[in-house]
Amino acid sequence: MRLITHNMLKCHVKNCTDPNKQFPLRFKDVQLEQIDAERNDEFLVRMLPRLDWPALLTTSKELGYSLPQSVPENPVDNDEFLQALHAFILETHVKEGCMVCNGCSHEYKITNGIPNMLLAEHEI
Amino acid sequence: MSRPEHIAPPELFYGDTEAKKYTSNTRIASIQAEMTLRAVELLNLPDDGPYYLLDIGCGSGLSGEILDEDGHLWAGMDIAPAMLDIAVEKDVEGDLFLQDIGQGMGFRPGTFDGAISVSVIQWLCNADKSENKPRYRLQRFFSTLFMSLQRGARAVFQFYPESDMQVEMIMGIAMKCGFTGGLVVDYPNSKKARKFYLCLFAGQAAPGEKQELPQALDGDVKADGVTYTETRIHNKAHGKTSRKSVKDTSWVLKKKELARKRGKEGVPLDSRYTGRKRKPRF
Repeated sequence: MRLITHNMLKCHVKNCTDPNKQFPLRFKDVQLEQIDAERNDEFLVRMLPRLDWPALLTTSKELGYSLPQSVPENPVDNDEFLQALHAFILETHVKEGCMVCNGCSHEYKITNGIPNMLLAEHEI
Repeated sequence: MSRPEHIAPPELFYGDTEAKKYTSNTRIASIQAEMTLRAVELLNLPDDGPYYLLDIGCGSGLSGEILDEDGHLWAGMDIAPAMLDIAVEKDVEGDLFLQDIGQGMGFRPGTFDGAISVSVIQWLCNADKSENKPRYRLQRFFSTLFMSLQRGARAVFQFYPESDMQVEMIMGIAMKCGFTGGLVVDYPNSKKARKFYLCLFAGQAAPGEKQELPQALDGDVKADGVTYTETRIHNKAHGKTSRKSVKDTSWVLKKKELARKRGKEGVPLDSRYTGRKRKPRF
């Protein structure tokens, strides 16, 4: 799973509705993998407003990466920023580990790069 | 026509053998590819650059491969682990999730530019477990999907409805969850080629802008597709089978060798007549 998708993902347990806690999901014991991908600036710029920057910062700190504190003024011409963003959200894949919801502490296990999002009967 | 959703729940039906069959069968693959291309066409995405799409019921990534070819980025979800394993083996580019779509999905509002789904939502109408209520599951699915799409985005579902009632139920619930749009039936006059596409719009991109339901394909069915010849069933009915007899010469020789090793007496000698095919009696 790429980190761009993680940034879009919140807990979907039925009774877990606190918006401050169900997003972002916290990583636990993760193994990462770097896979090269082609960079497309147009796509990155289009996705920028959809990304939740504070959440992305939290995730990057958790995983030991560094990103700028906020989106720079003119991201289109900022090659360095786009490269860092591309490497983080599109080239970093989570292979193994766990995602934990801060609200209901449901653990979404990740095996072979596939998160298990199935819920138990009492969570739907 | 047999309906797989009557046989077993999807996560069991698409087990290891079925998943392999599904992916290696060129006929299924070509039909899936054709339907995916049509679904992407119905999405009506503008030409400028790749989009972020959702593939609902991505399976072994047959549809995902086509999205990859178009350069789109996508996330896919499926309930059958065996199918997802094959997708991982094939190295598809998208992000995969093991997810039951009837439990809803947890994407933030406005995540995706569009969603496609090939041969999936008829599965939602089944109640495989006692806690599964099709109406509730459909509603949870459509309402969370509506949330996760950009305003004005489209979701195209190719599906095999079992009856008019089922179509009505699915569409009714989708409309209740805020979608507009309707059903596009391709080749309505051909029983074999007829395909149902549920084309849903998640609101409007700009206020006052009205989305038009796309035109259905009609006329002659293209002949260049894979045609189904029923060779195996035909041969079986006429007493021809491609099955070879297990007890051929090598089997006879092996058995005789074994008998000799065990010290049995009176084992005939091997000759060029051993285990030969006899002439027909009549």
